[in-house]
Amino acid sequence: MNPNTPSKLEKILRAGHLAVTSECGPPRGSDAAHIVHKAELIKNHVDAINITDNQTSVCRLCSLAACIRLKLMGLEPVLQMVVRDRNRIALQSDILGAASFDIHNVLCLSGDHQRFGDSAQGQNVFDLDSMQLIQTVRRMRDEGKFLGGDAIGRPPRMFVGAAANPFADPFEIRVPRLAKKAAAGAEFIQTQCIYNIEKFERWMEGVRERGLHERVFILAGVTPLKSAGMARYMKTKVPGMDVPDEVVKRMAGTPKDKQAEEGITICVESIQRLKDVKGVAGFHIMAIEWEERVPGIVERAGLYPRPALN
Amino acid sequence: MRLNYPSSVRIIRVPCTGKVDVLHLLRCFERGADGVYVVGCREGDCHYQNGNFRAKKRVEQAQQLLDRIGIGGSRIRMCNLSSSDAPLFVRFAEEMHAAVMSAGPNPIRGARAAMKAAPDASSPAAHP
Amino acid sequence: MIVAERKPIEEIIEQVKDVRSLLVLGCNECVTVCEAGGKKEVGVLASALRMVFLQQAREVNVGERTLERQCDTEYLEELRDAIDQYDAVVSLACGVGIQFTAEKYPSKPVYPGVNTSFMGATQERGVWVERCQGCGGCILARTGAVCPVARCAKRLFNGPCGGSTDGKCEISKDVDCAWQLIINRLKALNRLQDYETLAPIKDWSTDRAGGPRKVVREDLRS
Repeated sequence: MNPNTPSKLEKILRAGHLAVTSECGPPRGSDAAHIVHKAELIKNHVDAINITDNQTSVCRLCSLAACIRLKLMGLEPVLQMVVRDRNRIALQSDILGAASFDIHNVLCLSGDHQRFGDSAQGQNVFDLDSMQLIQTVRRMRDEGKFLGGDAIGRPPRMFVGAAANPFADPFEIRVPRLAKKAAAGAEFIQTQCIYNIEKFERWMEGVRERGLHERVFILAGVTPLKSAGMARYMKTKVPGMDVPDEVVKRMAGTPKDKQAEEGITICVESIQRLKDVKGVAGFHIMAIEWEERVPGIVERAGLYPRPALN
Repeated sequence: MRLNYPSSVRIIRVPCTGKVDVLHLLRCFERGADGVYVVGCREGDCHYQNGNFRAKKRVEQAQQLLDRIGIGGSRIRMCNLSSSDAPLFVRFAEEMHAAVMSAGPNPIRGARAAMKAAPDASSPAAHP
Repeated sequence: MIVAERKPIEEIIEQVKDVRSLLVLGCNECVTVCEAGGKKEVGVLASALRMVFLQQAREVNVGERTLERQCDTEYLEELRDAIDQYDAVVSLACGVGIQFTAEKYPSKPVYPGVNTSFMGATQERGVWVERCQGCGGCILARTGAVCPVARCAKRLFNGPCGGSTDGKCEISKDVDCAWQLIINRLKALNRLQDYETLAPIKDWSTDRAGGPRKVVREDLRS
């Protein structure tokens, strides 16, 4: 299938390779060296790098500027956009800004509620929701039109992604919800961190039943655990996260100084197992403030070297 | 049984403590009472099922308000007893008397007396 | 109804710290039902304020009045003869009543005695819940009569988000996930297939976002 955009990520996926993406959180300040350093750590081991957009509602350097930094380094950024903080004018405007730097990937998200971050008293926007943002980018790209109907000079050429959480409730609409995102125009999906592989497999079964894996590229999300404490925190405190007891137990049963290694091993094992799940098109490795460990994970999981495109 | 209880107590009879409103409680203090206690049936024994529970809530509301306006929530309390339990009735009266003695006079009485003695010169004549 | 909450008395005391006479003005409608600004609350606030003023050695005439409605200019007219006795009004009506009272009596300071919270209903005695945000473009037909604008913390039209857990919202275990409720309803109505219809982008021009709103019916105007 011919790619719709110049996106390197899209080309790799369409060529049938297992794609590898990772993410970097921008700094809580204006020092670009921070983001450049993180990107340097992982650039040879991933196909594209997501830049988070004020994740957990904590204010940071903007995703767009950080993506431009990556672009200037010759790397492939994925612009994450949440609909929490910007209305349709700002979203479309930022999409054009990104397109002007030839940023070719966007991930359309709702965004965590502001209550979780440093601005609990702030207003939220949610003018569009994540599905409607997907539709917006597709309309801008495919029809060359703004939501308002006017023509766009040099429309954006972006590979459009969305998130999926196979573990949130109610489980029965998790597949229909993916179908909805596909219908809205999503082309790739990065999932929530997967610890409960059985439940993920059940979800994928439903996905395959409806042939959705042929309509969107599904990148399985993984996050290495740093400690037993982190495992417990993810299990109990993070909404929509499913960490099975045996994972927590395995981390807790490991001596403290070896827990980080164990977390990496669990992550590598997960990737190995997920590779066998039909319909998984790649991996999204979210090593939270732990970017230096991404290359090791990619290598141990047998995903290195990354395919070269000509 | 002829038991004595403090003569400072004035009894206001109501059909059920559920009849007592926050407003009634506040009015007592506005008119200078040093303390008010609401004596209801034992919890679970209300003839009207939950009148005494309602009274308890209202006493709590009044308590909070009195604390916040400088009168003091310790001047009000809810008590429960069986109508045949005279010794307990006496004990409640004595306890309330002691609580009021330790809280001192209701500041409203002092404020009224002071204002009568030295009427505020700036008060408009329109409000005699 | 419009649900309101009594303001902390300290805040009201601060608002009226300079007045010499004051009317505490209640409303017989919504704020009576939600026990924030009816006749009873007027009595309690007036009594408390009198005690406060006495302790401050201030002679303040505190009047009490409760109107049938403060959001109707005809009822507000009933105050015409009495209003001049007072320096100020503390209104226990919702924000609408407070503003209508002030508009009716332009030279009279009117202070709020409640915080107007939302449009909702009594869930049980002492518990009021939000149901409508008056967005001006009702979509309840599509959502099984559960409103995602009022009840989803992100007001998603194509929810639920990934934070929905055991039927609860990610912001709190005490908040129902509106989209779980919508799905439950659609199932009960045998209409779950409707879930997959993408909701169109919302026209917020009829919402607060479009500026102050007005409904005009020429067929009724005189």
